[in-house]
Amino acid sequence: MNRISKILFTLSAFLISLPVWAQQRFPKPEFETGYTQPSTTQPLPRALFLEYLDVFVLVAALVIATWFVVKKRSRLGVMWTSVFALLYFGFFREGCICAIGAIQNVTLAIFDPTYVLPFTALAFFVIPLVVTLFYGRTFCAGVCPLGAIQDLVAFRPIEIPKWLQKILGMIPYLYLGLAILYAATRSEFLICRYDPFIGIFRFDAEFQMLLLGGLFLLVGIFIARPYCRFFCPYGVLLGWMSTFSKKHMTITPSNCIQCKLCANSCPYGVIEEPVEEQGSRRSNVQRLMTYLFFIPLWIGIGGLAGSMLHGPLSKFNTKVYLAEQLVENPELKQDPDYLDARAFVQSGESMDELVKEAREIRSQFYWGGWILGGFMGLVVGLTLLKLASHRNRHDYEPDKTNCLSCGRCMDYCPVKN
Amino acid sequence: MSDKKKGKQPSRREFIQKGMRMTLGASLAGVAGFAALKVSADDYVWQLDPFKCVYCGRCADYCVVTPSAVKCVHAFDLCGYCDLCGGYLKPDANARSTAAENQLCPTAAIQRKFVEDPYFEYQIDEELCIGCAKCVEGCTSFGNGSLHLQVRHDLCVNCNECSIARVCPADAFERVPASSPYKIKGDFATGSDKNKPA
Repeated sequence: MNRISKILFTLSAFLISLPVWAQQRFPKPEFETGYTQPSTTQPLPRALFLEYLDVFVLVAALVIATWFVVKKRSRLGVMWTSVFALLYFGFFREGCICAIGAIQNVTLAIFDPTYVLPFTALAFFVIPLVVTLFYGRTFCAGVCPLGAIQDLVAFRPIEIPKWLQKILGMIPYLYLGLAILYAATRSEFLICRYDPFIGIFRFDAEFQMLLLGGLFLLVGIFIARPYCRFFCPYGVLLGWMSTFSKKHMTITPSNCIQCKLCANSCPYGVIEEPVEEQGSRRSNVQRLMTYLFFIPLWIGIGGLAGSMLHGPLSKFNTKVYLAEQLVENPELKQDPDYLDARAFVQSGESMDELVKEAREIRSQFYWGGWILGGFMGLVVGLTLLKLASHRNRHDYEPDKTNCLSCGRCMDYCPVKN
Repeated sequence: MSDKKKGKQPSRREFIQKGMRMTLGASLAGVAGFAALKVSADDYVWQLDPFKCVYCGRCADYCVVTPSAVKCVHAFDLCGYCDLCGGYLKPDANARSTAAENQLCPTAAIQRKFVEDPYFEYQIDEELCIGCAKCVEGCTSFGNGSLHLQVRHDLCVNCNECSIARVCPADAFERVPASSPYKIKGDFATGSDKNKPA
C-alpha cells in the first residue's frame, strides 16, 4: 500500500511539473557578443486618480444640473450641462463606466463571492439615486450621456397614445429584471452588450450595434428619448426614487393659470392634466379593491411563466449552452472547428463536472425565473391598479415617476414669478 | 406605490410620501451597504491568463477596439532564441528566412533579428499585431511558449464587461487590480509569483 502511494505520488508530481518543464524545452542561450536582452513593455492603464476624477465630475455635473432645474429653473443651463456630460462621459470617457451599467456590477458584488467591486462603480450606482430621491431625475436631464444624445435629436416629438406608453413603459422593468438575472448568474452583462449608443461614442462597433444606435437616434427625432422611456433599466430605479422625491421640479414657480402650454411643450407626454374624480366614490373604491385583490394572481401567473421559461433563458449562459450541445451531440467534442468544445476538452474537465455545473446554473435560472416572473406580475398588477385609481388634480403637474426634469415646460410656462 | 386616493388631506399624502422616501432610502442604503462589503478602492482592469489561453483567435475578432487591444507580447526570459522558431515560421516553411511566404504571422508583426550564430531575437511590432494568436500556438506547441497574448492597457478602453471575456472558450479573462495589470509569463517563471501554474 505504502509503495503504491509512493509510486502514485512520484507519478503525479512528475505529471504536475510537466507544463513548467515543457517551457524549458530550449534553454536560454548564453550570449557571447554582449547582447542585451530587451525587456517586455507594460504600458499602464489609466491612472487611479483619473477614475476618482470621473466620480468628482459626476457629482459636480449632478449638483449643477440640479441647481439649474430646481433652483434656477433654466432649461438652457440644463441643456448645456447635458452637452458637457455627453462630451465628457460619452465621447471622452467612451461610455464606460456609466450608472446604467453599474447596476450589474452591484448585482455581481452581491451574488458573486469572488467579485471585487471597484469604488467608482458603486459611486456611479448610488450617487444619482440619492440625488433623485431628493430632487427628481435631474441625472436624466443633465448628466446621463445616453439621455443627452437622444435629447439633442428630439426635433419633432409626436404624442404617443397613453395606452401605448403604458405598455411600452413596462419593457424597462423586464429589461432590469433580465439584466439582474444574467448578472446574478454570472452569465453576462446584458445592458453593456446591448448599449445602443456606445458604438457612436467610440466611433467603433459591430455593424449591427451601430445600426441599432442609428435607428434609436432616427426614431428619437419623432419619439423623444426612446431608450430612456422604453428601455432604460436604471430609469426604473430612478423612477421609484423620483416618485417620492422631496423637492421635485415644478412647472410653474407660483400658481398655475391652466394655459396648457406646458403639456404641449413636453416631448415625453408626462404632464398630467387636471382631473376630477368621475363616477361614484363607492364603485371606484370597489374597483380599486378588485385590482388589488388580483395582484397576487398576477404575481403567481408571472412567476409560473418565468420559471417555465428558465430553459430558454439559461441557453444564453455559455456554460449551459456548451453542456447542452455536448450532451445532445457527443461527436462535437471531436470537432476541431467548435472552439468551445475544443477548449473544454483541452482543459481536462470531465463531462460530469460540466453537466453538474450547468445543472446548478440552470436551477439558479429556475428560481431566478420565478422571481423575475413574479416581479413582472407585480409590475403589471400595479400598472393596472394605477390606471384604475383616480386622483383629483387641480393644476397641470409633472408625472414625477416618468418626468425627466428636462425643464422644457418651465421655459414654456408664462408665469415667471 | 400605494396610491390611496383620499387626496383631501394633504398631510396624509405627505405622510405616505415621507414614509416611502424613508423606505426607499433605507433599501438603497441596504443594497449599497451590502455591495460595499466587497468594495475596493483600487480600480479593476481586464487581463488574460496566458496559462489558460488556448490560442483560439477570438481575441482578434471580438474586441470592441479595432484592431484588438489584445496583442502578442514576448517574454524574453523564456525565449530560446531559436533559429527554427515555431512562432515565426510556418510549419512547412521553405527556408528559415524573413521571406513573407515563410512567416506564420498574417501581418508580419514579428521582427526577426540576427543576434549571434545560431541565435535570433524576435520582437513584436504592436502596431501591426492583431492578436490572432497564431504565433502563440506555434511557440507554445514547438517552443518554450515565450510568445503569449496580453491585454495592452494603453489600447484597452476597459469596458465594464470585456466582450472577449464573454466568448473566451478557456475562461482566461479575469478582472485584475489596476495596480498590477499584467500577467506576463516571465514574471511567473522567474519571480516569486504565487500565480505560477501547478
